[in-house]
Amino acid sequence: MGKSPRTPPTSPGAIVWWRLSRNRPAYWALRVLGILYAVVFFAPILAPYGESSAERTRPYEPPVSWAWSGGPAIRAMERVGGVSRPSEALPHRLAFFVRGDRYDLMPGVTWDRHLFGFAAGGTDRVYLMGADQFGRDVFSRLLYGGRVSLSVGLIGVLISFVLGLWIGGWAGYRGGWTDALLMRGSEILMSIPALYLILALRTAFPASLPSQWTYLMIILILSLVSWTGLGRIVRGMVLSLKTRDYVVAAEALGVPAGRILMRHLLPNTLSFAVVAATIAIPGYILGEVALSFLGVGIQEPAASWGNMLQQASSVSTMEAAPWILWPGVAIFVTVLAFNILGDGLRDALDPRHLDG
Amino acid sequence: MIALILRRLAALIPVLLGISLLTFLLIQLAPGDYLSQMEMDPSVSRESLEAMRQEFGLDRPAWQQYAIYLKNIVVDRDFGFSFSRRQPVITILFESLGNTLILSLAAALLTWLLAIPLGVLAAVRQHSWVDRLASGAGMIGLAIPEVFLALLLMLMAYKTGWFPVNGMRGLDHDSLSWFGQLLDIGHHLVLPALVLATVPLASRMRQMRANLLDVLRADYVTTARAKGLTERRVILRHALPNALNPLITLFGYTIGGLLSGSFLVENVMGWPGLGRVAIEALNTRDLYLVMGSVLMASTVLILGNLVADILLVISDPRIRHGASDG
Repeated sequence: MGKSPRTPPTSPGAIVWWRLSRNRPAYWALRVLGILYAVVFFAPILAPYGESSAERTRPYEPPVSWAWSGGPAIRAMERVGGVSRPSEALPHRLAFFVRGDRYDLMPGVTWDRHLFGFAAGGTDRVYLMGADQFGRDVFSRLLYGGRVSLSVGLIGVLISFVLGLWIGGWAGYRGGWTDALLMRGSEILMSIPALYLILALRTAFPASLPSQWTYLMIILILSLVSWTGLGRIVRGMVLSLKTRDYVVAAEALGVPAGRILMRHLLPNTLSFAVVAATIAIPGYILGEVALSFLGVGIQEPAASWGNMLQQASSVSTMEAAPWILWPGVAIFVTVLAFNILGDGLRDALDPRHLDG
Repeated sequence: MIALILRRLAALIPVLLGISLLTFLLIQLAPGDYLSQMEMDPSVSRESLEAMRQEFGLDRPAWQQYAIYLKNIVVDRDFGFSFSRRQPVITILFESLGNTLILSLAAALLTWLLAIPLGVLAAVRQHSWVDRLASGAGMIGLAIPEVFLALLLMLMAYKTGWFPVNGMRGLDHDSLSWFGQLLDIGHHLVLPALVLATVPLASRMRQMRANLLDVLRADYVTTARAKGLTERRVILRHALPNALNPLITLFGYTIGGLLSGSFLVENVMGWPGLGRVAIEALNTRDLYLVMGSVLMASTVLILGNLVADILLVISDPRIRHGASDG
């Protein structure tokens, strides 16, 4: 199938990568995710407008209609009887690297160039995916919202990964009352249906917070809810590992408990934990969507895929402006890609698959 | 077996105690209480505010409030009083839990009735177009966010008029005969149940397919075929029962998952269930209603898991004869 017939590599990490790259769907999923993350990383440049840049005279303006005028161009919209439609006037030429809303390129450095847009001022706008109720560009907000939705998954998984490995490892290694206490605690957390627990945790924080704090709070809540499954499995693995000779030898040599855990026990649970983490990422993305949709997550005017979807919660709005459903498509594509990647990773790490 | 159930039920008590304490602490951590919003309201006098505070017991120290709450549950089976609805919590909860269970059971029914046949079909005709279609639909079903699916179906209902857009009862519900009322609720139930069933349906179908494919490779299936049994009999009598075993356990766990899923569906599609009560109570800081709904939801989840374990003991002879004493 490959271009050059090669023998499979022999180191465990390379085998996993080799199998993964031969799994076409998983490889495509990885590429799609790479593109998505790159796009939201460069969101300020790629987006023609700022996150909350509104044009209140153009609520729910439909997506642009394309034309050609010595280059890609866009027909201006005119309002006739409250309905926007492309005007017959000369199409507006699209310009590249135009000046627009200022943004932070990186901390301390601001820039105002955008990949595309209209050169002249005025109220005409390039609404690639239409506008929302305040005349904000859905495409721009989709890119900015993606920064929240896509990073929540990665950071959240990282935190609960550390929590799960550490708590599960400690409980398994120490045993006794440490184990009993930690495991009963995790049982309590697991016995509350996830969204009830998430919402209950949410009430412990003030109702309105600055947007950066809300973001951190959401990550924290989702990680606190999600470490338990991983923690219990890691505990089980550590329980069976800790009687191995090399652990007993390390103990006999007087290696401190924390070091035994970090150096000798947890590394053995890592490959399982990586798969578990990849499979868990969509849960965080959907968790943020749920919180923001229910109005207790990321607050306007900041964008997230969840709070953008909330604008669509009235059917008459959805019918009149179906383009505000784009965030749903974005979530779907992201979750699909993560699921396919997770499946591929699981197969790649499964030692029973020797066909490679 | 009975000992197992009793022991598990006894283990329920400390867990529920922990849950109630955790919920109580979280609400205490939150700034303000139910009356804080009324303090802003000039039409409510300070005296009546104080009177209400005393009536609700909100003037006492937190640990006393919690102790009284527990005492009332144990002694009088009284789960407190909802501040905002002015009704005993238990009344509100039973009504909304009933609605949630209707929704969850409909979704569970849909899941199992479709997941097993589809999974079997996909496994038996592996690599055929049925298999590809089912696997593709399964991937989509797992990835589509419930909120998005709910919105799409609501839009469809709005445009076609085939189904009610949201809610549980039509405007003319009270004027209908009992049969008409049943049909009315059933009509309202279709879309929320479909949304709720999508994820479990997709994942159970994939599991069913994988299990059956595993079993079909087993030696006893080869033996059955070698004996000259019809393929139909090999699959239905020899392979399927063994492939179903792991899924039976999942039945109980599905119920817990549906409960959490229904939280979102209820709030998007206006189904008057426990999830809606919970979020309303959380938003108004209606202390005992929050406690009650979290406890109620958790109890159902735990009971679902218990049912799963019991089903496993019944269905798997290895556990029945091996570890059932432990």
